[in-house]
Amino acid sequence: MPADAVVRARPGLLRAALLIAAKDLAIELRTRSAILSALAFTLLAVVIFFFAWDATAVASIDLAPGVLWVIFTFSGLLALNRSFALEQNDRALDALLASPVDRESIFLGKALGNLVFVCLIQACAIPAVALFYNLPLTGVWPALLALTVAAAVGLVSVGTLFSAMATNTRMAELLLPMLALPFFVPVVMPAAQVTARLLAGRPMDEAWPWLRILLAFDLVFLVACTLAFPYTLED
Amino acid sequence: MPPLRDEPRPIFDWLFAVAVLAVAATYVRAIYFTPLEAAQGPAQKILYVHATAAFVGLYLCFGLVAVASLLYLWLKDEKLDRAAAAAAEVGVVFTTVVLCTGPLWGKPIWGAWWTWDARLTLTLFLWFVGVGYIILRGAVEEPQMRARFSAVLGILAALLVPFIHLSVYLFRTLHPMPILLKPSAPSMPGEMQLTFFMAFVAFTLLFAAFLRARYRLAVRADLLAAREEGLL
Repeated sequence: MPADAVVRARPGLLRAALLIAAKDLAIELRTRSAILSALAFTLLAVVIFFFAWDATAVASIDLAPGVLWVIFTFSGLLALNRSFALEQNDRALDALLASPVDRESIFLGKALGNLVFVCLIQACAIPAVALFYNLPLTGVWPALLALTVAAAVGLVSVGTLFSAMATNTRMAELLLPMLALPFFVPVVMPAAQVTARLLAGRPMDEAWPWLRILLAFDLVFLVACTLAFPYTLED
Repeated sequence: MPPLRDEPRPIFDWLFAVAVLAVAATYVRAIYFTPLEAAQGPAQKILYVHATAAFVGLYLCFGLVAVASLLYLWLKDEKLDRAAAAAAEVGVVFTTVVLCTGPLWGKPIWGAWWTWDARLTLTLFLWFVGVGYIILRGAVEEPQMRARFSAVLGILAALLVPFIHLSVYLFRTLHPMPILLKPSAPSMPGEMQLTFFMAFVAFTLLFAAFLRARYRLAVRADLLAAREEGLL
């Protein structure tokens, strides 16, 4: 294939999204600034949360699900803040908009990059919580990982959209938590409830109503945010 | 340069005056001329403010925000953006009334200022989203971008409502079920129903007055901004 054919080929929706996600992750891999600070924050938060309760009064297995998913949202916000701030330097977003990719692809790519980031942090947070809170993870960790992905899809769908909006405002990073946190409620509540039931060894029937809310949230907000994203960019 | 005077300055807002009189009349009737509820005593009277403010704030205002936001992204008419902005601010005011009067009633009747009941939690989160909406508008200077951003938030907030409702409903619920707007006949004496109806009319008038005043303010603010732009 001649070189210019490669340049002219317009990538499809998902292919372009993968390219953008790979770009963001490559930047992150080379600088390692955000992932390291997010990991340090997560470990610190896991430890600090433990001292916020009287360990003799509340069993750590009852605390752990709440702690895990509250930290998940806050470390997720760290990742999301970075997502579009990255494009502010040298007005890189303009170049991205000028490139022959759909705006929906930009959103999906950004969201995918954030998804990988958030899942990586959670993959470290789960063992950390298990270690410090002495949780029985054997047998439940595959379900917990699947739950993490399901929760992360909802989180990054809404979060990526609000991140795109927040970086364009005067308040930038301050605005994102204010906009996004109310939207994380239908993610955090089901995730924490399902985790609690998994850790207690309850039957999955009990967790199903919660899982249904989480999956419906993922579907509705992934579609809605992808459609809404072009409206957050300059015309 | 458009002169600021092309929007006549309202010296006397008759709608606002009528609404205030109607609200005052409702209070007088609710306090002095409506019988006491047998089980709850005087605490029940707060219902005339609480439930009506909830109706106006949650249904009228936030409903209007959602509809105006959706239409804005479609039609790109700045009038729709102003209507959404006005409705959001009025909605936050009425929702604040709901969140303040609720605990006042809850303490003597439930024995607690606050419970994590489905309706309470949903109202609280809508209040948070409403406040976030106002802060977002304040943080964007460019009018078209501000309009697009807030329209996106308005639509997403409408999508959020059923999810928060479902999740907190699964959690637990304690709030009294609707007494008036339910499929069977309303279980409330006629005198109370009349007071309730008056309260609905009065609060809806107040809503219209606030909305109109706030909309006019937005028109003038936009004109002023356009004028300053021209001068710069």
